[in-house]
Amino acid sequence: MKKSILTSGFRYLLVSVLAVIFLIPFYLMVRNALMTDLQITSPHWSWLSAVPHWENFAKVFNDTAAPMGTGLLNSAFIATSTLVLQMSVCSMAGYALARIPAKGSGLVFSLILVTLMIPAAVTFVPTYAIMAMLGGVNTRWGVVAPGVFSAFTIIVFRTFYMKFPAEVEEAGRLDGLGYFGIFWHLLLPNSKGVMMALGILAFIGSWNSFLWPLVIGQDPSTWTVQVVLSTFLTAQTLNLSQLFAAALVGVAPLVLVFLVMQRYIVEGAKFTSGKE
Amino acid sequence: MQRLYGEYLMNLPTAAEKPNYKPTSSAGRSATLAFWAFVSPALIGMFIFTILPIIWGFLLSLSHAQNTIHIGHFVGLRNYTDLLTDQAFIKSLVTVVVFSLFIVPITFAVSLGLALLVNKITLGRSFFRTVFFIPSAVSYVVASLVWKVSLFNGQEFGFINHLLVSSGGHPITWIGTANPPWYWLVLVTVRIWLQVGFYMIIFLAALQEIPKSLYEAAAMDGAKEGWTMLRFVTLPQIRATSVIVLLLSLINAFQAFDEFYNIMGGGGSSAGNESLARPPLVYLYSLALTDQDFGRGTAGAFILTALIIAFTLIQRKVLGFGESDK
Repeated sequence: MKKSILTSGFRYLLVSVLAVIFLIPFYLMVRNALMTDLQITSPHWSWLSAVPHWENFAKVFNDTAAPMGTGLLNSAFIATSTLVLQMSVCSMAGYALARIPAKGSGLVFSLILVTLMIPAAVTFVPTYAIMAMLGGVNTRWGVVAPGVFSAFTIIVFRTFYMKFPAEVEEAGRLDGLGYFGIFWHLLLPNSKGVMMALGILAFIGSWNSFLWPLVIGQDPSTWTVQVVLSTFLTAQTLNLSQLFAAALVGVAPLVLVFLVMQRYIVEGAKFTSGKE
Repeated sequence: MQRLYGEYLMNLPTAAEKPNYKPTSSAGRSATLAFWAFVSPALIGMFIFTILPIIWGFLLSLSHAQNTIHIGHFVGLRNYTDLLTDQAFIKSLVTVVVFSLFIVPITFAVSLGLALLVNKITLGRSFFRTVFFIPSAVSYVVASLVWKVSLFNGQEFGFINHLLVSSGGHPITWIGTANPPWYWLVLVTVRIWLQVGFYMIIFLAALQEIPKSLYEAAAMDGAKEGWTMLRFVTLPQIRATSVIVLLLSLINAFQAFDEFYNIMGGGGSSAGNESLARPPLVYLYSLALTDQDFGRGTAGAFILTALIIAFTLIQRKVLGFGESDK
């Protein structure tokens, strides 16, 4: 008995130490965002600025050289469009593959499975070439478009709709509903959980993605938050406190979404491992 | 959370799954029409943004395509042979293999360890779960910024250096030197911090599915708490999940770009660090976007894709992917 109390005490000590370590980067972000550059680079470490320098945030938005406001608007637009379009397009396809008997259905499904094998980050060069031909370079739709058609999301929707009770569908058919009516009136209203889970994953993935927005949006007017931050990080044209204030502004919306929607995100994470 | 694209590989359903529709005679043509109407937006999109790029990209990779994205000047396999004899490209492949050798086992051990720990505690369990999971909300760019400028800053005001100095040590130049290669610690820890929470969640889900009766039975057979239970009950029960975590972290590590680009790259004081550790995607980025050599850029993309698929298949063979947890 005494030993088990000791073990569990040790366990709590360990988990607490790990938690502190995991929170250090967040702490550093906040600490530096509220300091002056002089305080950050001082050899005498201070844990927090005695006077929080909130004006760093105002400076971020007023700095004409750092289009952080535009970046936030672009990221919000791009992540929201990706979410809405991906959910619409992929739920429809998933429904058709699960519920509509048609010739060619197996072939379409195999095709989707094959595209699942292709690592999207690697094919950015050929996708860029196609985008250049379609006139998508330096446009926001060019950033959005390749993220809409997700084989993974289609397959999760298909698996979900395959489990939908056939009796409900049958009843709908007796009420005179066609395929579209069944999808719209019966399946969609019952897809909220899976929609939320996949939608949040799509939103977070889009907001945080870097390589594709960097490649396709070369003009500052199309820069996302990540590209703006990276530009000033690698060029170091911004002072440190502003850099951290900007990072905090870019991270805060997502941390909020994450905390509020954690239940759905956990569900979404389980889809990834095929455990829904 | 970041690299879901790489993770798509995972959801390959088994062939046994078949849609449970009943073929009725009246279904026929209207069903076919409805099917294509529902499926065509996704199909057209996938054709334009996945299949067409692959076809066009393959033709480009066989062309001399300097400053152009149009095919025509075919040079056979020259882009491929050029790349495979290009020291810088080979070095980038070595870099990503070394990186994966660090990332995959550490990710596996840490995320499983966290899951076991969080699963065992009762008080404040959801709090700790959230703390370990929340880095998944942070982008690689922001994390790179914190790691490079604050946590592992080479000056004395960097956080780790501050800890070193105040405990009597000397500050370390974390990123700029090849010898000793401390930059690996920076590159590996940032990815570990960002991704282990996500894999911990997957492990937690698997752990919760293990029937309690198995542990009771093992205890009856004389197994004690701890290692014996872990080895003979827990690990075999979460086998499929373990394979998925190993595969996903490998595929994602092979596509590393963001942290290398942001931590090692850039002008100013950090110029020149990029050559210390440059993974294939960063190399391909500079080939295609900076040098505008789309022929070689696409050829490199295909070599890397082939490599990833090969590694995936080998790992699946070795680890027996597809066997269920049950």
